[in-house]
Amino acid sequence: MSKQTIFLLRDTSLTQDKTRDFQILFLKVARDLGIEDSIQAVRASDLGIYDKGYVIKDLTNEVIYANLQESDIEKFLKATLMGEGSVDEFKYTPDKCQLRIVLRNCGVIDPESIDEYMAHEGYCALAKALTEMTPEKVIEEMKKSGLRGRGGAGFPTWMKWSFARNSLDETRFVVCNGDEGDPGAYMDRSILEGDPHAIVEGMILAGYAIGAQRGFFYIRAEYPLAIKRIEKAIAQAYERGLLGENILGSDFSYELEVRLGAGAFVCGEETALIESIEGKRGMPRSRPPFPADKGLWNHPTIINNVETLAAIAQIINRGGEWLARIGTEKSKGTKVFAITGKVKNSGLIEIPMGMTISEIVYGIAGGVLGGQKLMAVQTGGPSGGVIPEHLINTPVSYEHLAEVGSIMGSGGLIVMDEDDCMVDIPRFYLRFCVEESCGKCAPCRIGGYQMLKIIDRIAEGKGVEADLEKMKRIAEGMQKASLCALGQTAPNPVMSTMKYFAEEYRQHVQDKKCRAGKCTKMVQYSIDQAKCKKCKLCVVNCPVGAISGSREEGYVVDQVKCIKCGTCYEVCKFNAIVRK
Amino acid sequence: MGKKTLTKADNPAETQDQMIADLADKWRDKKGSLIMALHDVQDHYGYVPRDVARKLAHELDVPLARIYEVVTFYNYFKLTPPGKHRISVCMGTACYLKGAPELIEEIESLLGVKEGQTTSDGLYQMDVVRCLGCCGLAPVLTVNEEEGDKVYAKIPRKQVAEIIAKYSKSGENEKK
Repeated sequence: MSKQTIFLLRDTSLTQDKTRDFQILFLKVARDLGIEDSIQAVRASDLGIYDKGYVIKDLTNEVIYANLQESDIEKFLKATLMGEGSVDEFKYTPDKCQLRIVLRNCGVIDPESIDEYMAHEGYCALAKALTEMTPEKVIEEMKKSGLRGRGGAGFPTWMKWSFARNSLDETRFVVCNGDEGDPGAYMDRSILEGDPHAIVEGMILAGYAIGAQRGFFYIRAEYPLAIKRIEKAIAQAYERGLLGENILGSDFSYELEVRLGAGAFVCGEETALIESIEGKRGMPRSRPPFPADKGLWNHPTIINNVETLAAIAQIINRGGEWLARIGTEKSKGTKVFAITGKVKNSGLIEIPMGMTISEIVYGIAGGVLGGQKLMAVQTGGPSGGVIPEHLINTPVSYEHLAEVGSIMGSGGLIVMDEDDCMVDIPRFYLRFCVEESCGKCAPCRIGGYQMLKIIDRIAEGKGVEADLEKMKRIAEGMQKASLCALGQTAPNPVMSTMKYFAEEYRQHVQDKKCRAGKCTKMVQYSIDQAKCKKCKLCVVNCPVGAISGSREEGYVVDQVKCIKCGTCYEVCKFNAIVRK
Repeated sequence: MGKKTLTKADNPAETQDQMIADLADKWRDKKGSLIMALHDVQDHYGYVPRDVARKLAHELDVPLARIYEVVTFYNYFKLTPPGKHRISVCMGTACYLKGAPELIEEIESLLGVKEGQTTSDGLYQMDVVRCLGCCGLAPVLTVNEEEGDKVYAKIPRKQVAEIIAKYSKSGENEKK
């Protein structure tokens, strides 16, 4: 029998997933050429390539072809399989800067098949741990690897595990934190959907290491596909005896189940998550006692992020030293980032720690959209800060990002250009935190609200000098006295923008001007008479009749009547409306 | 999660009792599973009706207040029935930067509803949701259809009216 060539197909334009139609057509063309039996075409969920039209990956030689059209299929098949012609023009060279450890299987294997996962070293680590390693040895290996929690805070994973391991209480739990709530981040979702078995394996290994009897997946209800895939992976693992009583003939027994989140950002916080799994309102508890000591139903519980868990099996397989060789002195391994905002190639990337932000933005993401000037990069979502353009060469690691006043966070990386307002952005994040505050402790509930009122005032052009000082004082109070990380970190976006973009705040407060034109209450529309062709389009479209005048005298905007809706700005064909 | 249709069963009261009893049996012995039970209720009805909450409280032997405590805390649970077509506008950071607030404004002016409200004819509901996780497509809104949510990506403000029209009564007839 002739050799089977496997193709992975994917429509990366993402406007609509047409991969299925493409696959049908692909197979039809192959049938017409009579080479149907020598190929296999599989739809991939994510190849790590975006906005490149149809992409095909040839698994026999790992070559990727991009920007294909339906009409290119015949040419493609003839060239790759029958040696007629060439399709070199479609060859896609992926950037070499990325290093895929956590995402290694995403888009490569069928996430719903345990066999495919096993063919990619799946569950080898579990077998190795159960047969050759004591739980202490597993923790030792984690210590060597230097892996730190990928949820944001970066607590050493091994340390958390050994706290639970050394607890006197024998009933212990493992929780996978899949409550990814950061706006602008979707790393966990992609891993849960793309490689669910890796996380199941990580959960089992974590359970073995700390001596737990049960594990819980806590996943956002907003991620139905991730839930479905994890449930399926768990069911498959039970079938193969990888879960349940006496796993792989050892005396280790372990159960896994899925619990759903219900749309509360604060539940990403460890103790709030525990409350939620217990079926209560997700309000954080005061710490100590830490969850590793008293967690779920007051038993020792370790809570690890999805990305952390996804790395564990490979650490056991390849040894802790292997991971420790990657990254910086204090931050080991790789980190997945979701790059969004004003960049050319937004998407998921995985990079070794220590790579600089500029390498990510200009190298991997292809630079700023529309050739605009980069203003700042935001990491860590509502808990993080902005990194201004002049610090763009900061390496990505827990310690370096903390130095410049941001945090690693869970992996959102948002690029902002000159059109973004550095008062409006922190206002957005602060509003998010205020809405999501659970209301249990006063610094977060009241402090956040008051801060939001002040920044709203500034954005509306009603700010006074003293407001800035007042915000600083509230922020300090929140950072020191809030019960959980949500309140402690909520002022970060405001504080870091105030630090790096003081001039912009000054403009808002003193000059009542918004450079980017985002703070609409401060914007003024006027008509540039030199450009105006007197077409009256703006006059006709203005919803409140604020534009008046005549062809002879020209048109003017009545600032009192104007509601700053921007309609005139949009409809003008000659760019004659000036927004300031 | 595919939302079941909200059509009344032939014998609503009886099937409802049965459903709640089954549901209670499924979760009663599992510790801390109230949220999971409520997810099942919401999947079935699209919201958590008061009479169902009362019956569930009775079956699970928890105070009704506990159920309401949970339902009102989490954004995901609703106390009012959803509109037939739920338009969810993503307000993640990327969508925010790329114009989601304008989309919301446009929908508000076209349908005359605010966030979370349903139009008086029960046809549309507008929700503002947290990051849908497809920031590369910003701004994004989804409309629920029978086969699952339909995602509209990279939409300019002008296209909103067109999308809404697609789900209007006459728009539906045209489809058929």
